[in-house]
Amino acid sequence: MEDKPQGLLISPIKDGTVIDHIRAGAALTVLRMLGITGQTEEELSIATNVTSMTCGQEGKKDIVKVSNRELSKEEVDRIALISPKATINIIRDYIVAEKKGVETPKLLYGIIKCTNSGCISNANEPIKSAFEVTEAGLHCLYCDTVITTDIESHII
Amino acid sequence: MKHIISIKDFGKEEIDSLLARAGAIDAAPQNQKTLDGKQVALLFFEPSTRTRMSFASAVARLGGTTITVDSVEGSSISKGETLADTVRVVSSYVDAIVLRHPKEGAARLASEFASVPVINAGDGAGQHPSQTLLDLYTIRQSMPLKNIHIGLLGDLRYGRTTHSLAYALSNYNVTIHTIAPPTLELPESLVDELHRRGCTVQEHADITDIIPNLDVIYTTRIQRERFPDAASYYNVAESYRITPEILDERKEGMIVLHPLPRAGEIDPRVDELPCARYFEQARNGVPVRMAMLEEVI
Repeated sequence: MEDKPQGLLISPIKDGTVIDHIRAGAALTVLRMLGITGQTEEELSIATNVTSMTCGQEGKKDIVKVSNRELSKEEVDRIALISPKATINIIRDYIVAEKKGVETPKLLYGIIKCTNSGCISNANEPIKSAFEVTEAGLHCLYCDTVITTDIESHII
Repeated sequence: MKHIISIKDFGKEEIDSLLARAGAIDAAPQNQKTLDGKQVALLFFEPSTRTRMSFASAVARLGGTTITVDSVEGSSISKGETLADTVRVVSSYVDAIVLRHPKEGAARLASEFASVPVINAGDGAGQHPSQTLLDLYTIRQSMPLKNIHIGLLGDLRYGRTTHSLAYALSNYNVTIHTIAPPTLELPESLVDELHRRGCTVQEHADITDIIPNLDVIYTTRIQRERFPDAASYYNVAESYRITPEILDERKEGMIVLHPLPRAGEIDPRVDELPCARYFEQARNGVPVRMAMLEEVI
């Protein structure tokens, strides 16, 4: 039987993905962005508001561990929208096999709901919402609405 | 395959080229038969008089024919068909689609599903590129499109024509003067974008403050439903009404434009003044739309 380090808030995982340095309180939103719900099969560990020496003045962060699944870079890059300092660790046999930051994607399809109720992307059409990430905010490629605040609440 | 969805898809050279082509058509309208044998679908899922009729006229003058849907009730959309399916089916009948739709972004969606060119004839409060092009064309008939001072007057928050026109004019080193009631000012995001594109935007509370400096007044309808009661609407509307007395202070050569329909924003006495160009502006819809149809088909 393999030995596991003891005394940690969340036990290490053998294989899977650890998303670290998530903005405190944003872990559940991260799961929603990744399509992980109570109905899906992933084995999860979630820690919120964990004290951290590397998380700026607030000193708090969230951590999500997903066992037996390596999330794709595209999947985790969405997290940059709400937590640009998050880091991704791919774990294989308890060892960090890959470590990387998240990058804000240039285009977002089917992730954000347009705030404009008159936008065709909110009608019953066979399309996904489409946003360009710009300095000004998230720009809807259908109706030109720009979402500048409270992005979390518009995540599908 | 080229679509015309938004004025933002056009660079200055493309706009100039289209306006020049419209000018050539205007000079010899009977000599253009470039759509001979072609058919265009006019899908108008929202009421429109000028835009629909001027597109129909433009197609006919180019030698083409049209098939038309002029309401949601008269189409399969009333049975629950998606716009995507409608556009896919209609694409197999015609050589181009002209679309007017109440939802913003509808033309962009249509261009993704159509197998023929799509021209946006207005989508909700969004884009209306043919209106913007005919506005530019009308200004250009009176003055060069550069270094001008244009006053945008009325409901600037919800008026798609002023948004698109302001954006297009930012290609031409103009100064935009906005004159709007509180809460109906040009959206901040658009003002920021105009500034980023090197355009000067100045806000004014009263048109009389600025009228001697203006080369163009572009006035739009103030919608009554934006106000809590009729009295507050009439108070505001009266302050944004163009009258011959206000125009007494105008610069020589200044012109007054309006996308029409008007609802009291312009005193009918202004119609007789040489600066009144809004009916000419509506007429210009035909050569400009002929040039647009030629561009995509």
